[in-house]
Amino acid sequence: MATPKKPAARKPFAAKRRTIVFVATRKGAWLFHGDAARKTWKTDGPHFLGHVISHMVLDPRDGKTLLAAAKTGHLGPTVFRSVDMGKTWKEAAQPPAFTKEAEGEKGRSVDHTFWLTPGPASEPDVWYAGTSPQGLFRSTDGGINWKPFSSINDDPQFREWMGSAQDGTPDGPKLHSVIIDPRDSRHLYIGMSGGGVHESTDGGRTWKTLLKGLDVVEGFGFDPAQPTFHDPHCIRLCPSNPDRLYQQNHCGIYRLDRPSDTWIRIGKSMPKKVGDIGFPMVVHPRDDDTAWVFPMDGSGVWPRTSPDGKPAVYGTRNGGKTWQRMDSGMPARQAWWTVKRQAMSADSAASVGLYFGTTSGELWLSRDEGKRWACIARNLPEIYAVETATL
Amino acid sequence: MKVLIPSALRSYTERSQAEAQGATLAALLLDLDRQYAGIRFRMVDEQDRIRRHIRIFVNGVQAGDLAQPLKENDEIIIVQALSGG
Repeated sequence: MATPKKPAARKPFAAKRRTIVFVATRKGAWLFHGDAARKTWKTDGPHFLGHVISHMVLDPRDGKTLLAAAKTGHLGPTVFRSVDMGKTWKEAAQPPAFTKEAEGEKGRSVDHTFWLTPGPASEPDVWYAGTSPQGLFRSTDGGINWKPFSSINDDPQFREWMGSAQDGTPDGPKLHSVIIDPRDSRHLYIGMSGGGVHESTDGGRTWKTLLKGLDVVEGFGFDPAQPTFHDPHCIRLCPSNPDRLYQQNHCGIYRLDRPSDTWIRIGKSMPKKVGDIGFPMVVHPRDDDTAWVFPMDGSGVWPRTSPDGKPAVYGTRNGGKTWQRMDSGMPARQAWWTVKRQAMSADSAASVGLYFGTTSGELWLSRDEGKRWACIARNLPEIYAVETATL
Repeated sequence: MKVLIPSALRSYTERSQAEAQGATLAALLLDLDRQYAGIRFRMVDEQDRIRRHIRIFVNGVQAGDLAQPLKENDEIIIVQALSGG
């Protein structure tokens, strides 16, 4: 891989810019429009009431194309698109769908689109989508038509690593964390739950695994070189240093500094009674040593709640050498919610705003990089994803 | 022929009843999709299987697959199965 070349760090946004938070839930989607100080928030929603919205993302390249991945319990999946900030929506002409198998073969069908990633600045209308069951799709027209990546979706080796529906997460196996290197649009990363971490340097034509250093699900002597046994929950690339990635995995918190291909388990320095299991991972927009996680209880039967009912964000300022508990403003006890892998994000303000949505339908905000927290919305449905945009 | 549309799909048709033609159920659903773009994929997956929670009745009898032949005056009822909480 090329010698690291740091892109110019994103400048913090000016005081008068406003923040929008996009909240996707099990029963619809909401937009929260904040003022310049991020003090008052105007609620816009529900959109798609009753639909399962897995992800809703605004295109940072044009600031107006908004995609929402939707399905209902009874209807097939689709992707909706808006170019007027949700005033009107139009359905994709060709939503993500697997290739039709020959007559008599048992082909796969997309249950839901789970993850949406806008392409790089050099490819203005390109979007990527990850689905459940695991599939990778690409649109070259701003999310109107989607085509499958046969190199993953139909590849016998990938299909073996993916396993069956029984091998995935409780809501179905998922392809997620679709990441494009901002310096090279042909350099891609993906995560599969289960199925491990994979990298392509030729635009998705071929792939190689990125598993070294990752611990294996449950131990038991499984071969750590086998992607089947790996479950990355959330992978993030640092905007200020695209050669640094962080990962919240089923088996801990990791950091990867390219060109190395070996992940380092930085979660070992988390407090033992909290552990380093969780779903989301968020990176600072301008400082590659700063990242945040939201630990959950991954002991025993995996309650997937805040450890001991005491929710907290943990942040590092030194690349994971040490972690600081950040729970000021959160309930001190008896709060059994947690945060899913897409439900935590950051804005790019001078004092970075952090946002997370809970499984109990609360939306939380910190205006000072995690020091103090405030709940800005309650009583929403279970929150699946939280994304932000500054306009 | 007459096609009765369930509430979950009326965002496409904007009414509870539509007209569509076809010698088979597959052809009828393609005709419906020509009129109401996107409606078919919400009912039938990419492998041409009727989705798990969708039921289609022809003259009151549940259709097993899309190959079912249709006659000009058949009545088609599309329903979403009752399930979940």
